[in-house]
Amino acid sequence: MEVAVEQPGRINQYVRRYWLWLIVGAVIVVVIGYGYTVNPRTTRAVLSATLRQSTPLVLGALCGLWGERAGVINIGIEGQMLMAAFTGFLVNVYTSNLLLAVGAAALTGALLGLLLAFMSVTLKMDQIIGGTVINILAFGLTGYFYQQGLTTAGKLQPIALGPLADIPLLGEVLFQNPPITYLTLLLVALSHYVLYYTRWGLRTRAVGEHPRAADTVGINVYQVRYINVIAGGALAGLAGAFLTLEAVGSFERMMTNGRGFLALAIMIFGKWTPLGAWAAALFIGLTYALNTQFQFLGWNVPPQFVGLLPYLSTIIVLAGLVGRARPPAADGVPYEKE
Amino acid sequence: MSEPNTDYALRAHNVTKRFPGVIANDSVDFTLRKGEIHALLGENGAGKSTLMNVIYGLYTPEEGEIYVDGQRVTIQDPNDAIARGIGMVHQHFMLVPVFTVTENIVLGSEVTRGPTLDMSTARRRIRELSEEFGLPVDPRAVVEDLPVGVQQRVEIVKALYRNARILVLDEPTAVLTPQEADDLFQVMRQLTERGVSIIFITHKLKEVLAVADRITVMRRGKVVGTTTPEESGEQELAAMMVGREVLLQVEKEPARPQDLVLQVNNLSVRDERGVQAVRDVSFEVRAGEVLGIAGVQGNGQTELAEVLTGLRPAEKGQVLLEGKEMPFNNPRYLIEHGLAHIPEDRQKHGLVLPYSVADNLVLCTYYRRPFSRGIQRNDQPILKNALDLIEKYDVRTPGPLVPAGNLSGGNQQKVIVARELSRPVHLLIANQPTRGLDVGSIEFIHKRIIEERDEGVGVLLISAELDEILALADRIAVIYHGRLVTTMPATEATREKLGLLMAGSSLEEVEEEPQPL
Repeated sequence: MEVAVEQPGRINQYVRRYWLWLIVGAVIVVVIGYGYTVNPRTTRAVLSATLRQSTPLVLGALCGLWGERAGVINIGIEGQMLMAAFTGFLVNVYTSNLLLAVGAAALTGALLGLLLAFMSVTLKMDQIIGGTVINILAFGLTGYFYQQGLTTAGKLQPIALGPLADIPLLGEVLFQNPPITYLTLLLVALSHYVLYYTRWGLRTRAVGEHPRAADTVGINVYQVRYINVIAGGALAGLAGAFLTLEAVGSFERMMTNGRGFLALAIMIFGKWTPLGAWAAALFIGLTYALNTQFQFLGWNVPPQFVGLLPYLSTIIVLAGLVGRARPPAADGVPYEKE
Repeated sequence: MSEPNTDYALRAHNVTKRFPGVIANDSVDFTLRKGEIHALLGENGAGKSTLMNVIYGLYTPEEGEIYVDGQRVTIQDPNDAIARGIGMVHQHFMLVPVFTVTENIVLGSEVTRGPTLDMSTARRRIRELSEEFGLPVDPRAVVEDLPVGVQQRVEIVKALYRNARILVLDEPTAVLTPQEADDLFQVMRQLTERGVSIIFITHKLKEVLAVADRITVMRRGKVVGTTTPEESGEQELAAMMVGREVLLQVEKEPARPQDLVLQVNNLSVRDERGVQAVRDVSFEVRAGEVLGIAGVQGNGQTELAEVLTGLRPAEKGQVLLEGKEMPFNNPRYLIEHGLAHIPEDRQKHGLVLPYSVADNLVLCTYYRRPFSRGIQRNDQPILKNALDLIEKYDVRTPGPLVPAGNLSGGNQQKVIVARELSRPVHLLIANQPTRGLDVGSIEFIHKRIIEERDEGVGVLLISAELDEILALADRIAVIYHGRLVTTMPATEATREKLGLLMAGSSLEEVEEEPQPL
């Protein structure tokens, strides 16, 4: 009996819970469709730019999310990205092996994650200070060792995914991308799956909400925190790799340009969920893409105004205007065993 | 009485656990028979929790052996304990509030299909368990939406889900109404019928006598003795706990109420979330009487006490102190007009823990003569005041300059009582004045409250402990969901009646029903 009642009831439930998002989705589809019939070139450019701009942001947001879901605040994402972008670039310069370079970038992010975990989990340092240490370290080291005039053999190129790439608009935007962009889309889906449908995700969320409860059922709180922060670091490292190995192909001082901090805002905007963070990153990416188009069109919207949007939307979210955003209860609190 | 050795579900032999400066467990022997409820009784710091933490693998003892089902075992962490069939329900529930019941129960012992969590199998198992043991829980409910009594059931199911055959319940009734506690006792008996053995940690004598098969009493890290409810009464158990004869019943004359001290008219208060916590409450307290407000924690008592002591603004309503309208949100005015306050949370609102005992004793009066002259404080009078009060109130402290945080709970409370009652007082508001204290300190504080009453102070006593209300109050009001359900003379009150009112029944319902017992 229960099964018979459950199916239609559950659909109704979903509709009732997500009606706002269903409407938003429908509006987006209509707007894009309209844009494509009127001006296919611009529409394509805007959507591609949106995806491109959102990639490092969503990777950074996932880094923050995995840490905070386990109870460790990471404000060192900026530094992790920057340092990873730098080492990835150097490895590319000296080996001309892009795969190795991406690996080096992810490893750099992971090592800085290890440093953060050591400071915040083992030493029980204030986590904001720990993240700041990483940022200062990264700004200093990359600034000091940066040399002008280094050239690389190339950067990661778009890969067309066979017939999928030929679908009008959809194929052009989604299936003709360089590898880190594809990987990011996979990582968003994977993060969602791991966080909500696996043992590891359940334990991670428990450790972020009520570490003592996790401890009393035999879960090693320190281990869960270490692994999540290190894995998050690797994600931030990928974001860095995206910048120097996929988007630009070279390194500049402070080239992350606040993306690591922006990623934290995006994580909050997305209410500490992978899909939410992805949607928020796309939204921010869209504002950048539109900004570029406005400049082509000669409309003079000050870039500072667009740059303000993500922070403004974060404030709106935190003020509770778009439903309640609640951080994990033990976020930022070092765990002391009894 | 012969004791067959093989029937022990658990045996702790000669367990010694030392902490820097203290021996928390000193050669403790403890046995748990299969299918019995064994109460472990003792004051705070007697070593009950230490022993249980040793058994549950949270502490490693210096000496001693643990036997489960006659076999010697080493338990190094909770995983070992769980594997041996030992389950623990902690005093503060170990549940993740935002998780569902199922998520909480499976956490750490998840069932998976491939890498994916298999929640439907888990839910089925939970339904089976709750049916088998008579513990109804909804596997899909989110824990934070559940009442505490149900959360406790979830904790028990959580232990059973891990196949616990030995269940440790740490102060399980502290958060329950008397009726919920009775339900719990019912559940405990059902569990023992199905072969589960239960260790029941508590300091409440009545509960022990009501439910336990055997009773072990601990004092200062040692086992004082093991007895049964048939062999010992409350008086003896209390004496075993404290180590001397204790007056369980406060001796008091009938009250001689005089003028009105406190009048509360139609008071409503919101809590920090904006929810109305106190709703349209009116009552009065006369000089020379104790008005007790009984109720389960979280029914608006905290907010009521905060408004009356100037710590929180009222939404509407009027409070008269000796006939004069009282300003809200002005604690100093109230203190200067004869209000004494024993707050609910002594460490957060009663004391400044890093300050010395001497400084804590002048927190209300430091700015006046003789403790201050102009902007300068006077150390000599402050020190003399401290020495006098420490002696008069029997505060056990190494000295007046020791930080208050170093004192035991009972002595911290004595510092607060000494400070509050050493000034001219007309009204005493005591909120949970003996929570978490040992029997000896409770005796002392109860005696002091009655002395104040007899000297003509009006006392408002807020407590979740029915025994305390019944022992001290001359009139009793019951608070439920922010409303005062009723007010009655203490002579008309019984435990059963108050318990039902605290759980939300109306007075008519309570009086219609024939009373059990």
